[in-house]
Amino acid sequence: MSEPFLQIIDVSKRFDNVVALDKVNLKIAKSEIFSLLGSSGCGKSTLLRIIAGFEKPDEGRILLEGKDITKLPPYVRPLNIMFQNYALFPHLNVTNNIQFGLKEEKISKEEINHRVNEILNLLELNGLEKRKINEISGGQQQRVALARCLVKKPKLLLLDEPLAALDKQLRVQTQFELVNLQYKLGITFIIVTHDQEEAMSLSDRMAIMKNGEILQVGNPVEIYEKPKDKYIANFIGTANIFNVLNKNNQIIIKELNYEVKNINNKENYFKCLIRPEKISVKKLENQSDNLNIGVVKEVAYLGSYTKYLIDVNGFEFYSFMQNTLVSDNLQIRWDDKVQISFNETSIYFFND
Amino acid sequence: MIKNLKKQNVWFVFTPYLWLVLFFFVPLALIFKISISVSEWGMPPYRDLFSLSENGLKINSTLGNYLFIFSDPFYIRSYLNSLSLAFTSTVLCLLIGYPIAFYVAKSKPSIRNILLIMLIIPFWSSFLLRVYAWKVLLQGSGIINSILIHIGLISEPISMLHNHYAVILGVVYTYLPFMILPLYGYLVKFDLNMIDASNDLGAKPLNTFVKVILPLSLPGIVAGSMLVFIPVVGEYIIPEMLGGSDKLYFGKIIWDEFFVNRDWPIASALAMSGIVILVFPIIIFQLMYAKYNFRNE
Repeated sequence: MSEPFLQIIDVSKRFDNVVALDKVNLKIAKSEIFSLLGSSGCGKSTLLRIIAGFEKPDEGRILLEGKDITKLPPYVRPLNIMFQNYALFPHLNVTNNIQFGLKEEKISKEEINHRVNEILNLLELNGLEKRKINEISGGQQQRVALARCLVKKPKLLLLDEPLAALDKQLRVQTQFELVNLQYKLGITFIIVTHDQEEAMSLSDRMAIMKNGEILQVGNPVEIYEKPKDKYIANFIGTANIFNVLNKNNQIIIKELNYEVKNINNKENYFKCLIRPEKISVKKLENQSDNLNIGVVKEVAYLGSYTKYLIDVNGFEFYSFMQNTLVSDNLQIRWDDKVQISFNETSIYFFND
Repeated sequence: MIKNLKKQNVWFVFTPYLWLVLFFFVPLALIFKISISVSEWGMPPYRDLFSLSENGLKINSTLGNYLFIFSDPFYIRSYLNSLSLAFTSTVLCLLIGYPIAFYVAKSKPSIRNILLIMLIIPFWSSFLLRVYAWKVLLQGSGIINSILIHIGLISEPISMLHNHYAVILGVVYTYLPFMILPLYGYLVKFDLNMIDASNDLGAKPLNTFVKVILPLSLPGIVAGSMLVFIPVVGEYIIPEMLGGSDKLYFGKIIWDEFFVNRDWPIASALAMSGIVILVFPIIIFQLMYAKYNFRNE
C-alpha cells in the first residue's frame, strides 16, 4: 500500500455532547472491499456519512487519492452511496432512477442510454425499465439502488447495510453477487454493517468499531483468530476466554487446570482464547481421572454442526463439533461426561 | 357477536353519508329550487315552484335567473375578481407556507410540536376578531402607521385599508395554516435519505428541490391549495371588512342579492353557478390526481 486510496486522518465528530467519532484513522487501498463493523451507535454510519459528505467532521481530514475532499459537498465527490432503505425515488421509474445521476453530468443522451443499458444488463434488470419502484421486489430494488450508483462509475462505493433489507436466502446469494460485481468492476467498496457474518464473507479487510473508535483493523482471519481484546473476540463469533496463570515459568489455563507446554513466547499473558470449533469433545466410556473432563450442560443440534455447552469445575464454555458422519441420534447427550481436547496451537494468548 | 359488529359497521359507514345528505345535499337542493323560481314580493320573496289552479298543477320554474346573471358582465367580473383573489392568495400561501412547513417538518420532534401549536393557536380566537385586528393594525391611526410616522419614514398616515391588497393580506393570513398543515403532513413523512441520495448522485440543492422534493410533496401542495382556493372564491367576511370599492367579490354580491336586494332567486342562481363552475375543474383535477397518487403509492 504505497499511496492509500482513501485516507481518514484524525477524524472526530460530536453531536451535541455525544462523541460519535474520536480521532479515527484509516487507510483503505484501491479496489478492496472494506467493512466497518460494529454494534449500533459505534459511529460506523457517521463515518460513512462523513466520507459521503453529508456530515462535516469537527476535526480531521479525508483524502481521496491524495486529494483533500473534507470540505467538498456531496454532489461533487467522485463517490456514491447505497442507502440501507435504498432511498429510490418513488415518483420515477427504474430507468429514470438509474439515469438520475447521469443527467446531472454533462453527458450526451446517447451516452446516457448506452450506460443505462450497460448497467441494466450487468445487474439483470432488463424488462423492468418502465416499472415504478413500488412495483418491483425488494431484491430488484436493491439492484436498482446499486445500478443507480454504479452507472455513475464512482471511484468509491459506500454501502450502508447493503443486505439488511433482504430476506435471509436472498442475502446469501446477493453476498456472492456483490463480491463478483466488485471483482468485475474493481471499484473500492466500503461497507457498513452490524452483521459479522456479512462482514466476514464480503470483506478483504475490516475495521471493528466501538464508541467512536476503531479497535482493530485486519482481514477476517486475523480478526477472528487474533482479536486484540475480549470485546472483539466476543463480537466476532463465539469466544471461550480463559484466564492464564504464569507460575514458575509454567503457563496454566486456570479454569481447565491445563498446562500449556509447547509455547514459544514466554511473555506474560493473562488471557487466552480457544474458539469453540477448536475444542473437541468425546464421550467417556469408562470413568477415568483425566483432568480434562467436563459435563455436557446443553446440546443444540444445528444440522451441520452441534453446539455443546461444557462445564468443567463450574466454568462453562462451548464446543462446536462438525457432524461429519450420518447418525440416527445424538452421540453425546445432556449430562454425559466428555473428554475435552484441543490443539495447543489453537490457543490464542492475549492481554485484556 | 359478528352480526352485532356488522350492524355497527353499517352505522359507521352511513353516519357520514347521513351528515352529507342532511347538511349538504338538502340545503343545496333548496338553493337550486330557489334559483329556478320566479322572484316576487313577499315572504319568502319567490313564487312557489308548484301551484294548484283551476287548470291543475302549474310549475312556476324559470331559467331566467341564470340567463340574467350570465348576460350581465357585472356578475361575471365579480366572479373573475374572486377567482383572481383565490389564485393570488393560494400562490402566496404556497410561497410562504412551503418553507414554514418544510422547516417545521424537519425540526426535532420536541421543537416540532411547539411550532405546530404556535401555528394552531390563532384558531383559538375567533376568525372575525382576527380579521378585525388587521383592520385595527392597518387603519390610519393604527400601530403600523404610528410606528412609521414615529421613526420618520412617512409624515402622513398611508391608507392601507379598504383596497384589494388589504384583502389579499387578510386572506393569506387567515388561510395560511390550511396550506401549511397538509404540506407538513406530507413533508414530515418525507425520507431525508432521498435528499442525501439526490445530492450524492450529483444534484445540487436547487436541482434536488425541483427534481425530488417538489414532486414528492405534490400531493401536499395539491391538498393545501384546494383547501385555500375553494373557500376563498366564496369568501365574504374578509373583503367586507378589509376591502374597499376598488374590487367587488363574488361572496359580497351574493350577500347583497340576498339581503339588500332581497332577490333570492338571483342570489341562489349566483351561488349555484359559482359551485358548478368550480366543481367541474375540481372533479377533473381530483380524478387526474387520484391516478397520479395511485401510481405513487
